[in-house]
Amino acid sequence: MGKVYDLGIDVGSTTVKTVILEDGKFVYDRYERHFSKVRETVAAQLDIIKGLYPVDKFRIAITGSAGLGIAEACGIPFVQEVFSAFVAVNKTYPKADVVIELGGEDAKIIFLTGGVEQRMNGSCAGGTGAFIDQMAGLLGVTPDEMNDMALRAGKTYPIASRCGVFAKSDIQPLLNQGAKKEDISASIFQAVVDQTVSGLAQGRKIAGQVLFLGGPLTYLSALREAFKKTLSLSEDNAVLPDKSSCYIAFGAALHAHDLGEELTIDEALEKIVNARTSDSIVVGEPLFKDQAEYAAFIDRHKKSDLKYEDIVTYEGDAYLGIDAGSTTTKLVLITPEGRLLYQHYCSNQGQPLDIIAAKLKEIYRLANPRLNIKASAVTGYGEELIKAGLGVDYGIVETVAHYKAAAYFCPEVDFIIDIGGQDIKCFKIKNNAIDSIMLNEACSSGCGSFIQTFAGAMGYDIANFAQLGLFAKAPVELGSRCTVFMNSSVKQAQKDGASVEDISAGLSASIIKNAVYKVIRAKSVDELGKNIVVQGGTFLNDAVLRSFEKELGRNVIRPAIAGLMGALGCALFAKEKSAGELDKSGLITKEGLDDFSYTSRAVQCGGCGAHCNLTVIRFADGHRFTSGNRCEKGAGIKVTDRTENMIEYKYKYIRDLEQIKPRTKPIGRVGLPLALSYYDLMPFFSRLFTDLGFEVVFSEESTRETYYKGQQTIPSDTVCYPAKLAHGHIESLLEKGVDFIFYPCMSYNIDEGGSDNHYNCPVVAYYPELLKANNDKLTPDNFITPYLDLNNKAHVAKAIARSLTKYNITPKMVLPLLNRAYSAQIDFRRDVKAKAQEIIREARKKGQKIIVVAGRPYHIDPEINHGIHKLIASLGFAVITEDSVAGLVQTPALDVLNQWTYHSRMYRAARYVCENEDMQMVQLVSFGCGIDAVTTDEVRAVLEEQGKLYTQLKIDEITNLGAAKIRLRSLAAALEEKEAAAKAARKAPVLQRA
Amino acid sequence: MNKETVSCSVPHSGSDRVHKSYFDRSRKGEYTVLVPDMLPIHFKLIMAIYKQYGYNMELLETSTRNVIDEGLKNVHNDTCYPALLVIGQFMDALKSGKYDVDHTALLISQTGGGCRASNYIHLLRKALSETYPQVPVLSLNFSGLEKDASIEVGPVIALKLIYAVLYGDMLMLLYNQCKPYEVEEGATDRLLDSWQKKMGRLFTTKRGYMTTAKLYKEMLSDFAALPRKKEKKPRVGIVGEIYVKYSPLANNHLNEFLLSEGCEPNVPGLLDFVLYCASDAINDSKLYDNKDKRTLVYGIGYDVLYKFQKQQIKMIEEHGVFQPPHDFEHLRRCADKYIHQGVKMGEGWLITAEMAALAETGTKNIICTQPFGCLPNHIVAKGSARVIKQAYPEANIVAIDYDPGATKVNQENRIKLMLANAVI
Repeated sequence: MGKVYDLGIDVGSTTVKTVILEDGKFVYDRYERHFSKVRETVAAQLDIIKGLYPVDKFRIAITGSAGLGIAEACGIPFVQEVFSAFVAVNKTYPKADVVIELGGEDAKIIFLTGGVEQRMNGSCAGGTGAFIDQMAGLLGVTPDEMNDMALRAGKTYPIASRCGVFAKSDIQPLLNQGAKKEDISASIFQAVVDQTVSGLAQGRKIAGQVLFLGGPLTYLSALREAFKKTLSLSEDNAVLPDKSSCYIAFGAALHAHDLGEELTIDEALEKIVNARTSDSIVVGEPLFKDQAEYAAFIDRHKKSDLKYEDIVTYEGDAYLGIDAGSTTTKLVLITPEGRLLYQHYCSNQGQPLDIIAAKLKEIYRLANPRLNIKASAVTGYGEELIKAGLGVDYGIVETVAHYKAAAYFCPEVDFIIDIGGQDIKCFKIKNNAIDSIMLNEACSSGCGSFIQTFAGAMGYDIANFAQLGLFAKAPVELGSRCTVFMNSSVKQAQKDGASVEDISAGLSASIIKNAVYKVIRAKSVDELGKNIVVQGGTFLNDAVLRSFEKELGRNVIRPAIAGLMGALGCALFAKEKSAGELDKSGLITKEGLDDFSYTSRAVQCGGCGAHCNLTVIRFADGHRFTSGNRCEKGAGIKVTDRTENMIEYKYKYIRDLEQIKPRTKPIGRVGLPLALSYYDLMPFFSRLFTDLGFEVVFSEESTRETYYKGQQTIPSDTVCYPAKLAHGHIESLLEKGVDFIFYPCMSYNIDEGGSDNHYNCPVVAYYPELLKANNDKLTPDNFITPYLDLNNKAHVAKAIARSLTKYNITPKMVLPLLNRAYSAQIDFRRDVKAKAQEIIREARKKGQKIIVVAGRPYHIDPEINHGIHKLIASLGFAVITEDSVAGLVQTPALDVLNQWTYHSRMYRAARYVCENEDMQMVQLVSFGCGIDAVTTDEVRAVLEEQGKLYTQLKIDEITNLGAAKIRLRSLAAALEEKEAAAKAARKAPVLQRA
Repeated sequence: MNKETVSCSVPHSGSDRVHKSYFDRSRKGEYTVLVPDMLPIHFKLIMAIYKQYGYNMELLETSTRNVIDEGLKNVHNDTCYPALLVIGQFMDALKSGKYDVDHTALLISQTGGGCRASNYIHLLRKALSETYPQVPVLSLNFSGLEKDASIEVGPVIALKLIYAVLYGDMLMLLYNQCKPYEVEEGATDRLLDSWQKKMGRLFTTKRGYMTTAKLYKEMLSDFAALPRKKEKKPRVGIVGEIYVKYSPLANNHLNEFLLSEGCEPNVPGLLDFVLYCASDAINDSKLYDNKDKRTLVYGIGYDVLYKFQKQQIKMIEEHGVFQPPHDFEHLRRCADKYIHQGVKMGEGWLITAEMAALAETGTKNIICTQPFGCLPNHIVAKGSARVIKQAYPEANIVAIDYDPGATKVNQENRIKLMLANAVI
């Protein structure tokens, strides 16, 4: 007769933990990765236990995010994992105040004192172990090595950790620009901390004794340190319990004591092995019927290939193309006839410069001495760095490179889709020019690398994993929204018993659906055009390619060098451009490469308030390269004769209003937060309060610090960044010690006419309510939030007076002052309008094109726009804003309800752009702005109807402008090509007549 | 789903980019009108009413993955989930081959107001424009929107619709309070079904449907007569954005899930939302000093509806077996403690008030449902949960986001976590 033990099994998203208790004491524990083979791993763990306790009985409970399915299927009791943690902590650390537990794909906080509350991450897997693994992979190190590096870091960069995809787009450019891995490692951990604090704590302060649980927090000391520092925890208050990685299983075991029936391990194993799986997964069609269909498919695609030439024997001119992509580096060397001499495709391991230098060495070593590299061009994220470091002749924007290459294989191409490591790029071609560009928004990028990471997580390499899917019998239907969300869909499919093959095929289909419906937003396949060329490394995966053809219901062209198209385009461009211009490339020589070395250093630019994080790379020959800058100043270039920038002008106008002081001794100090609608209505309110005799105090200029200040009071992590910043502005005013903060709620904005209604968006309208409810320091005394409708003067007088009775202010006193306040607002509008015309005149004099940046008033905040306006200006455009021209035209015909004042301005501005040949529009959209889901499509329709290009930039707290830059440069390139085409068209009829 | 308070100053002719078909009322008999699946109990009554006026309506109950896929294809993917589902469900139906697309019309409710929901009808038209330009869209609204494209709502129909809301709420309440405890499986569903049929018949009579006192009494005694177990189950309140809160398609059959987890769902009725819309117009006029004729109409409407609610509550209380719905004036007082009644976009202050009222009357477990990224709910739901928890420390509130990517397992996990702490 054996003993009876309590066994807790914690089946997490990536690991299985088992704990055995005897009378509540640990006698056994184990932590094992399951590589998505959940049931097998659990069974294997039970086998091990059986070896140790052959005759004993166990009371068993299962817990964990992936444990529910197994538990239900086999009839062993299930305990919710947060609840397990709760039970375990109560038993061993009754004095703990807060528990932070990070798991593979889950992040949880349990508040134990002051109202028990449990929070876990919702639809987002950001800030978790999987995130850390993914980032470590990106750096090419193990998580442990990343930990060691982080401990040696000197500084941190802002990195978004809301999801892996966002973070990647922050980290990749840092890597490409040569930032130190030590610093990046520390930044990644800091990002996890920020995500946990803002995303999970959501307004509740994490204080007192804090317990760290789960794998990542157990094994990564740098992560714990980052938490300690951010939360200002003392050594005693930051507790890492014994066996913290198995703690949840411990809780389950405690539970089992009361719940589980007594089983031998054999009985338990039998239950688990024989568990019935549900059949609730939706499945699609197989990709290929049989091997024959697959063979025909392969044959068809073989036709699109380049001819080859031997680099060792070839004599004559050659052109070099380099595509320094986000995660991969591609090189090709071609002859003038387009024969391929050399090709290379590899992961850049975060060191594109080193890799390309090495490959150039190889080319020089292999090449015939009579081979002359006549010209070279580079494209991609690393373009500037490579150009500066290795003397490449031309840099071109990726979209142009890809079009050049696609047209080489299919001159009539009218649609190109490129799915790379982390971007999807699609362009429509009309009249031999790029007509519209669609890039994936920050939230769905990372497609190619996602499959790779996923393959890795399941213990396969990418090639094998993709191959598995080709003959899957029942591909799983996974979500099509965003790759991060797909993670949980996969989890569910696994839970439901889908095979690896079916998941592989399902993932391929998902990526395609994402591209077609999310990025291209196609309604029917005919929209995409007749001649479709697909490219990018992800399409080398036959399963993805096949899924695309199946989704479209037609065949497409995939060049055999689909992964090298950017590089090929560069080489072709170099050939075209250098004709008659260059005899020999300025590319670094063989000798130069032998001495090639560089050092990189991170500094912060002090040129302006944006405080860009610069990376300065110094090459062995003494020249420098600076990246991370948004304007010329950071690069150390002095620019004279700049056209004024409307966004800077407006921002300064609003900020300068603080200088107005009352003539007599102030009767009080009122704080106005410079956030959301105040960027529009500040002239009115600052004038009114000054005239009432108050000293008006503005909140500080927004910076990242402002955001951190208010972070702990943000209750909803999916609200837009401009709203999140408002929390910091409130803190800023409280710091400044104002008598009270005035922040009105306004359902309605000022009626500017020409619209169905004049609402504010719900967030702008009622944010003061949210601030009030989530910041303890705000009281009815120091936070005054009357409901105002500025369209009704008498009401405004009454409402303002009612809110200021403490200062003996009456409606009669307010009413006469209101006229001046309204005038101040009108003056502001008028001034902005006049300034815009001035800028337009100046731009036209200089032959500059004009971009109307259409967004919300608060998009002039430098912490919100991240200096995009400077970037636009640096590309040679003059910048004006939507509100500066909206008043000049009537509202165009619309198919939506035009009921928000700020949005109504955009529709009119779009019409104004249509009426001016030298103007284009760039729409700024804050991530999470639901209303823009309505406006963007409509603004696009208005513009495209008149043959304008539509460019949308999605922005949030991520400061990196890499994707924005590609878009803007593509816009510039597309405009150039359009113009050239128009010029050619104008010339053509003349020739015919002659 | 929202409400309209300010009249449209600009006619909505639209551009040439989108084709619009208008419904020819004289040919209504030839059409099948498709109705989205929002509130199955109520909508079935509403359909019965319109049948009498020559409309042949069909409730869409499809919930395949294709509904979501069609939504993703036809609507901007950042649009809120309800729009995506409603439009996806329509497109899925039109493409199914089940309907003669030349004789099919679509019905969508429209309420106006400052949230995105007022745009659903326009997004639906955009989606139809290319593939099904011949399919007309009918708007169901009480605010004079879409004059050329509204389904008839004369005074008699309007009155009947109000009764449908009242009876729908009553049946939903009784169903939820009996179903968890039924001894014979399926007995509650059968009783509900027979009542729906009965009400459908009564709506064709001249005034048979108006005898609320008599009918309530019958309903109460019929449901009370169902054999029920004595055990006590945790009561779980469902509040939130109106479509996600009610529609099984949107909330992954939340009601059924709660029942299967051994809970008693407590879903506040539709009448609260109707009263909320009316009260907002009145609040607005007080807040912004802009009384007009419409304010007066809303005021009268409010009083009438409120009286109906009081009667219903009184009858349930007197009967003594079931828990009545919240008194709307009480809800308004609840709201005043935590949020201003000026917050009127989306479901506005009503969500905060419902959470507070539920917590106060013993339903301490509350699920707040919303579409992912729902704008008003940032303020009224997630934004106000903290103050409610401060006032009711034992309140157990969980916010669940719904969107095409969110998986059921995650949502259920979160709900289970809440239930692990459930307060009976």
